[in-house]
This record gives sequence, C-alpha cells and structure tokens, in this order.
Amino acid sequence: MLSFILQRLLTVTPVALGVSIVCFLLVHLAPGDPLSAVLPVDATQETIDAMRTTYGYDKPMPVQYLIWLWKVLHGDLGTSIATGRPVLSEVGRAVVNSLILASVATLIGFTFGCLFGFVAGYFRDSVLDRAASAVSVFGVSVPHYWLGMVLVIVFSAQLGWLPSTGAGPDGSGNWRPDLEHLRYIILPAITMSVIPMGVIARTVRALVGDILSQDFVGALRAKGLSEFGVFKHVVKNAAPTALAIMGLQLGYLLGGSILIETVFAWPGTGFLLNAAIFQRDLPLLQGAILVLAMFFVALNLIVDVVQTALDPRIERG
Amino acid sequence: MALGTSPAASAIDIAGGAPPVSAAPDAFVASRGFWGNVLAKLLRDPVAMTAAFVILAIVAIALLSPWITPMDPYRGSMLRRLKPVGDATYILGSDELGRDMLSRLMVGGRLSLFIGVTPVILAFVLGSGIGILAGYVGGWVNTVLMRTIDVFFAFPSVLLAIALSGALGAGVFNSIVSLTCVFTPQIARVAESVTTQIRSRDYVDAARLSGASTLTILRAQVLGNVLGPIFVYSTSLISVSMILASGLSFLGLGVKPPEPEWGLMLNTLRTAIYVNPMVAALPGLAIFIVSISFNLFSDGLRSAMEVKA
Repeated sequence: MLSFILQRLLTVTPVALGVSIVCFLLVHLAPGDPLSAVLPVDATQETIDAMRTTYGYDKPMPVQYLIWLWKVLHGDLGTSIATGRPVLSEVGRAVVNSLILASVATLIGFTFGCLFGFVAGYFRDSVLDRAASAVSVFGVSVPHYWLGMVLVIVFSAQLGWLPSTGAGPDGSGNWRPDLEHLRYIILPAITMSVIPMGVIARTVRALVGDILSQDFVGALRAKGLSEFGVFKHVVKNAAPTALAIMGLQLGYLLGGSILIETVFAWPGTGFLLNAAIFQRDLPLLQGAILVLAMFFVALNLIVDVVQTALDPRIERG
Repeated sequence: MALGTSPAASAIDIAGGAPPVSAAPDAFVASRGFWGNVLAKLLRDPVAMTAAFVILAIVAIALLSPWITPMDPYRGSMLRRLKPVGDATYILGSDELGRDMLSRLMVGGRLSLFIGVTPVILAFVLGSGIGILAGYVGGWVNTVLMRTIDVFFAFPSVLLAIALSGALGAGVFNSIVSLTCVFTPQIARVAESVTTQIRSRDYVDAARLSGASTLTILRAQVLGNVLGPIFVYSTSLISVSMILASGLSFLGLGVKPPEPEWGLMLNTLRTAIYVNPMVAALPGLAIFIVSISFNLFSDGLRSAMEVKA
C-alpha cells in the first residue's frame, strides 16, 4: 500500500508543477503591466524601473517562476494589493468558510443522490425511475446561480423564513456551528447540493443497474438470500465508486463555488476571488486559484488512494 | 464473475434473477446506413425530439429577433420600471430601466447562444485535432500532449474559466477564449482514448499494409470512426457551456451592458427580487430551458448512436 501511495505521489508531482506554472502565468496573461495596479499614474520611468527590480520583473521569466515557486513552497503567496495583508492569511480564512459550505452541500447531495440513484436503479423503467432521472437531469442542467436566486425569492423575499445573504447574524466573516448560523447555511448549501445530487444519482443508477445484472446477484437470489441481503451486497459493490465521485464533487464545489458564494455573499474563496478580479488584485487572484487547484489535486490523490484501499478489485501498482 | 463480493457467487453459475436478454434485431433498418439509422431512432424518441424542437424554436427567435421584437430592447422608460409579468404593454414585464423584458429576452438569446455554443465548436475542432494526433501517433507525442492536458484537469472547470477570464478581463471575446480553454482538454482526452482504440483495429492494420498513407488512413479509417463519439460528447458539453458562459456574464466577466444577454440580465435584475421577483427570475429560466434541452437532446443522440457514456 505504501509503495502505491509513493507511486501516486510521483505521478502527481508533475501535475502539481504544471498547475503552479499555469497560476504563475495567469498574472502575465493579464493585459497591461502587472505593476500598473501598484504604481501611481504619474510614476516616472526611474520609479517604474526601480519597482520592476524590487518585484523581480526585470529578470527572465523562468527565473521569475523559480523565485516565485521557492517563495510559494515556503508559504509566501505574496501580499494582497487591496488590503496589504498576506495572501495566505486572506485565502486561509476564506477556505475554511468555503470548505464548510461545500462539505454540507456534498453531504446533502450525496444522501439524496444515492437515494434517488438506488431507487432508479432498482426499479428500472418504472415511474420512480423516471422521476429520479428527471431530478438528476434537473440537477445537472439548472444554472445554480439562478436556482439560488429563486430560493432567495421564495424563502427570503416571499416567506421571510431564512436570511438571504451572509454567513451569520453579526455580519462577521466566519461561520460557526450554532443554531443561528445554521439558518444562514441552509439556502446556499441546498443550492450547491443540486449539482452533486444529479451527478451522484446518475452514477449510482448506472452502477446499481450494472451490479444487478451480474451473475453473482442471480446466484445470491438462487441460494435463497433475502432481498435485503442482496441489497447489502449491491451497496457494498457500489460504495467505492460512489464515494470516489463524492470526493471529486467536493473538489468541484470548492473550486466552483464563486457563483453561488456571490449570490449569497458567502465569505468564502469564491467571494474572495470575485473581489480580487474586480479590484484587479492579481497576487490575491493567483494565490486563491493556486490554493484551490492544489486542494483539488490533493483531493484527487486522496480519493484515488482511499478507493484503492476500499476496493480490493482495483490492482495496485 | 469474479467481481462478486460473496464467496458463493462463483459456485453457482446460473442467471436466475437476471432479466431475459431482449433479442430484437433491427434487421429492417440495416439498409439505411449509420446516419439514417441514427435519425430514424431520434425521430422515434419523443423527449429528444421535443428538446430539438425547443432548441430550434429558441434559435429561430433569437436569429429573427431584430425584426420580430414587439418593442425596442434598448429603449427604457424611467416611469415604467419593473412592470409585472402580464402587464398590458409589457407582456413579460419591464426591467430595472423600464425596457421590455420580452424583447430583451428574444434579442438576449443571440449573445447567450453565441457565447455558449461557440466555445464548444472551437474546442471540438481543437480538442479533436490534439486528441486524434496524440492517439494516432502515440509514443512521446502522446505523452507530452496528454500530460499537458492532465494539468488542465487539475482545475475544476468553473475555477479555470473564472481564473482565465478574470486575468484576461471582461468581454465576449475573452470569455469565449477562456471557455474554449476549459473544454478543449476534456474533448482531447475523449478523442485520444477513442483514437487509441481504433488505431489497433485490424482494418487499420490492413489499410496500412495495403500501402495507404497516414493521411489516407486518418481520413478514411480513423476520422469516420472517432468523430461520432467525440461529437456526442461535445454536444453534452453545450449545456455546461451555456451555464458557464452566462455565469461569467452574471459575474460581470462576459458581455458588457447595455447589450442584452441572459446572464447579465439576471445579474442586473438581482436588485429587483424584492420588488418584482417573477421578472427577475425570467432570464435564468431562459438559460435553464436551453440548457436542459441541450442535455436531453444529447442524451437522445447518445443512445441513438449507441455511444457508451
């Protein structure tokens, strides 16, 4: 198992390096001088040159990249232009909020996705199957930012049951696990859960159909096992893939939360990214994207390892 | 057989509970050729046909909008702001600047469809090219291309789209460029895997032995067999692309005001959800209808062409 983990780590390293190159190049992709946001409009050529040297922009690109990478590896993601605070601490605070929201959403999505998927897979071509399939098509087709707005319209504007924006009553930037804060997470989490729900329902339906048509299920029934006993075998066979999809969905939600976080003014990484884009705070943009992408790479690795550990059918090596 | 978790599974080899295999050979369609066959199956699929009809109707309305809109989609009236749906003058209400919603939704379809569909078309061309090249040539070319593609898979699609358009700046062109960058690797990966499978088939070997040049083999043996699956996969991306493209406009990264576009309209109407919720939700409904229609049509096409997911 250890050698398998080491081997996976080796294959992930070039991908992680590639991700860092893309993030590094993002700043240079931006139109205009990367310094234009820091420099005053009337800066003299000498000031510009001096700044260029200070920030290292006078060096060749590969050298700039290596210097940047060295700093990143030591936890230095630079300083936010807008706030003057270190990017790492800004991103760190936001990531916690995003992670809470994405985890709750994944949990909701996984629970209902599995429910619909199992029902649809077990009762193929029945009314239940069609209903469950409709829910899953809805989940993958609905523009989630619009769904968020509709939920706000119904539950905040019309009924007045739940708050429409923010993470808590005090307007503070941090979500806490208490009853008052719980009311704030309900709408964004439900909005977000629709995507993994659709994807998981679709996958589980196909998985269950596949497993049920295998010979061993017939054998189990033939030896007189109860339907619940058969069901347990189906769950056991479907679990590794379903869990893997859940892990990946968590990563997609974390990286793709910007639209939903914007709708609900949720103080997470998406909200931070939005601010960084419109203030043209390039170091913050770069740092936030690097952290999120690396998180996704790490999550992929974990899913891979856990799935292999859970499922003896997957060859290691 | 060995996949079962029960030790008893391999002991008995009868398919007691398995449903009987339905043997219904479509012998009568054999003479139509592949595409005729696909079309015949699609025509018998009510869901896919309804979806196709909805898409065609919306495309037609969008294209004809300059001539058929009931009012000027750009002219507002401060006195007639946020009229409700069902108003005598404004059938679908008016927006926050008093412009007719119906007209703006009709015209808005042009840009929304354009920025949603164009990236998938571009990515289809680029991704197929890269994937077929990598799959057919193999060796180090494959390694270099596919490992580069892997890097893009390390970004969730939404994050990559927003990172690129955030860095490039707002605008229709930049949003199309970023979305093309998002979908090209996905299509390339599918193209590569299909091509690698086809390359090792006997008829490709036979063509090579008969002295056909690489280009001839690619054109005659490979393209015809790989483009179908790649095409089906690409159509399934249109729905995501529509949602993402309008999402970029929703964030202020795509189309700029006063141009009508569904995502942007949804954004500017956000402030109106307490005043006139129905009107505020309309542009999102339009995105949803197009997106779900593309998804359903793509599903129908997939089963008509018998491409595995």
